[in-house]
Amino acid sequence: MSDLKLGFPGNEKNENFETPDNVAPPWDATTKFSVMGKPHPRLEAEDKVTGRAKYSYDIRFPDLIYAKMLRSPHASARVKSIDISKAKALPGVLYSEARQGLTVRYAGQGVAGIAAETEEILDDALALIEVEYEVLPCAVTVEDAMAPGAPQVLNGPNVGGRPGRGKERVDAVHKDADIVVEAEYRTQVQTHSCFETHGCVCKFDDDGSLTVWASTQSTFFTKTAIARAARVRPENVTVITEHMGGGFGSKFGADDWDRFCVLAARATKRPCRYLLDRRAEHLIAGNRPDSIQKCRFSANKNGTLMGAWVESWGTAGVGRGAGVQNPTIYRFRAAGSEQKDVRTHAGRGRAFRAPRHPQGVFALEGMIDEVAFALGMDPLALRQKNDAHPVRSAQWPVGQKAIGWRKTPRGNGAVKIGYGCAGSRWGHNARPGDAVRCRIGKDGSVLFANGSQDLGTGTRTLIAILGAEELGVPLSFVDVRLGHTTDPYGHASGGSVTAPSIAPVVKQAAWLAKRELLEHIAKKIGGDPKKMELTDGDVLGGKKKITFKQACALLPVDSIDVTGDSRNVFRVPRFSREVAGVQFARVAVDTETGLVKVQKIVSVQDCGQIVNELTVRSQMLGGVIQGLSYALFENRLLDRNTGDMVNADLLNYKIAGARDMPEIETIPFNVAQGGTTAGVSSLGEPATVPTAGAIANAVSHAIDARVRSLPITPDKVLAALGAL
Amino acid sequence: MTLRRIAKRLLVNGEEHEVSFLPHRTLLEVLREDMALTGTKHGCELGECGTCTVLLDGEPVLSCLVLARECEGREIETVEGLAGASGPHPLQHRFAELNAAQCGYCTPGMLMTAMSVLRKTPAPDRETLRRELAGNLCRCTGYLKIYEAIEMAAEDLQDG
Ligand code: FES
Ligand code: FES
Repeated sequence: MSDLKLGFPGNEKNENFETPDNVAPPWDATTKFSVMGKPHPRLEAEDKVTGRAKYSYDIRFPDLIYAKMLRSPHASARVKSIDISKAKALPGVLYSEARQGLTVRYAGQGVAGIAAETEEILDDALALIEVEYEVLPCAVTVEDAMAPGAPQVLNGPNVGGRPGRGKERVDAVHKDADIVVEAEYRTQVQTHSCFETHGCVCKFDDDGSLTVWASTQSTFFTKTAIARAARVRPENVTVITEHMGGGFGSKFGADDWDRFCVLAARATKRPCRYLLDRRAEHLIAGNRPDSIQKCRFSANKNGTLMGAWVESWGTAGVGRGAGVQNPTIYRFRAAGSEQKDVRTHAGRGRAFRAPRHPQGVFALEGMIDEVAFALGMDPLALRQKNDAHPVRSAQWPVGQKAIGWRKTPRGNGAVKIGYGCAGSRWGHNARPGDAVRCRIGKDGSVLFANGSQDLGTGTRTLIAILGAEELGVPLSFVDVRLGHTTDPYGHASGGSVTAPSIAPVVKQAAWLAKRELLEHIAKKIGGDPKKMELTDGDVLGGKKKITFKQACALLPVDSIDVTGDSRNVFRVPRFSREVAGVQFARVAVDTETGLVKVQKIVSVQDCGQIVNELTVRSQMLGGVIQGLSYALFENRLLDRNTGDMVNADLLNYKIAGARDMPEIETIPFNVAQGGTTAGVSSLGEPATVPTAGAIANAVSHAIDARVRSLPITPDKVLAALGAL
Repeated sequence: MTLRRIAKRLLVNGEEHEVSFLPHRTLLEVLREDMALTGTKHGCELGECGTCTVLLDGEPVLSCLVLARECEGREIETVEGLAGASGPHPLQHRFAELNAAQCGYCTPGMLMTAMSVLRKTPAPDRETLRRELAGNLCRCTGYLKIYEAIEMAAEDLQDG
């Protein structure tokens, strides 16, 4: 039995572990890294700053045609007739589709589609389509959809969800507790607002094979879905995603518009492009469901949390998936929830960076503050007393120090300065199934290939770093090909699974290639291949020392080509059950105007084994800014009568801009996590979970009144102050 | 109704091009669709996001709001023209180095605005950057690395 040392300085533990013969030995807290953990600019950085990087929107062909759909202005209607004849008669219109008899369930639903020679003809043609609607009553809020006699959105009842369990037990605990606090929290619908909109460019070749340049966070899901929709055999479909302009959980497969684009391409035998316009992007390409959370928490005078019960309602439009992660994080004697998922006449909700979490944690952490207030306790002390996570327990004091935590707010004029904090949790989410190819050429070239995508997080660079580390060569020797489904399978980038799942597989592929190389070289230079190693670009332990490039030149074959997979690399002990994080906020609130300015955010985040310090910090920064934007600005507004979105743009749907940025201090926590041979954890999503909660608590601290609804706009602040 | 293309001489990144395009096309459309210069990005076509920013006679403009026909005889600069013979411009270099581009979709527009700031203000302070970049939105980075990259590039340029 050999030992594995896991954890972080100040909290380490040893686990027994025997590495199987055919598996790369795991990294742990004692590993000395040469490439890993340092800041590395991304491999494709130069392509991105020179404009050379090609996004789906940038793929062009001389004979490219353009597709677009006509979208319903009504949220609930029956299409009585569609007259598409004038559009079809327009010269340059090449393909069309009319969805006669369609029942419209949300504004923006596609009613008809056109493909044309130019975008101008396309727009003219769409304007010539005549649709007669029978407008039906709609319900676009949770309240309206639950009211007696509400219009039914789809077959089946509007209200679904999970029945609560264990309420009796929580009620009993409440009864015994010293204090009980009750409050209702609300969060809004947030749209993903990816900067590159959803869609694709597609092209059939003469042999019937299809290539799709998709803006997607799952090349392989897209491939399967396109194949099914277009009735093409999956092996004849290639999806390519070299670069994509953001997804955040909304780009997981082929959509209705992708399908239309492919059908148009096939019918016309021409390459076709369809990327949504900004308005459609807001209406139909995904959103974070809203929530109403009725919370009842209890505690004892000594600061022990007792019971927590949450009843929630939310809507993912015509889809399902509303719900909140609340209660969570803290140790309660008894806790549970009942969550209702209410259908409304609105575009379908989709996974959005840490689904259910930011909204749940906003309410949870507000309640924790309210309990602390009722107990007359410091809210941070209450959290620490009831938090058992080994990593988060170490993070609270770090954040406290970095923000300069204060029990009393500052400021004696109209502007008050307040402090708040919130915790975060996420799963480690390493999933088996990935495969990675490693090819070492006689010329000294090294290539790692995987068919999944880099949605901007830095996956390409992550693969290169992991590969270089395990191979024992400088990063500059390594190349990566990503985003072509002709390469081995890789997961969808959702749930922050990408890095933890692919890391041990890259390591395995590199290790297998290295072993094969050393066996060849041992025969040439003499030595025991088992005792030979590759370190910093040198082959050591043989009869003589040679460089990696020299070793490659000695290969008796043109190249070594191996594929690492996920078998056996996941059976490693793990340090902690969840990914932990905390954030602290300092805000300034103008009590006369109600305006909130975030001054500083401290983000302390469990990053597992850090691969690239630069992209780790970037994920933390990005998580904070999206959380801040959610806390203060973003809000999808639907007209309650027509169901149409009234702010489907980037002017009235405000996202945080350069002027809204606070100072952000990122404190990554490197934890030798284990769990896989690489020990890499999930990061992109947990980094955004606590931001809104921390900001809201800081606002309440500053003004000594609670705002229980997001976004925290000036009117809500003034109302909380009793000034409205 | 068939629209007739017009032929114009456009001065893009120091080179004159004879381009024929439909008269109502925006500069963004002409750059991307008629000239295949896809470095300039398309984010909203409504003048709201800033991803389409290019320099027109040295001033940042939203190319989705400018008619290409009005640009004849004027100097147009896009991201493709930033790098010189000796490689990327210090601004590009610092953006890459600091990871100021995550998904990278807003990056070309950011770079062009930053470029105009640096020409006017060789050592911009944070407040200037916050004001000047207010029209360029980014969904990924949180802007801080963008500020730092511009500040470092400013120093590089001053050091020659
Ligand atoms: S595309 Fe021009 S401002 Fe958005
Ligand atoms: S880097 Fe993605 S929008 Fe700015």
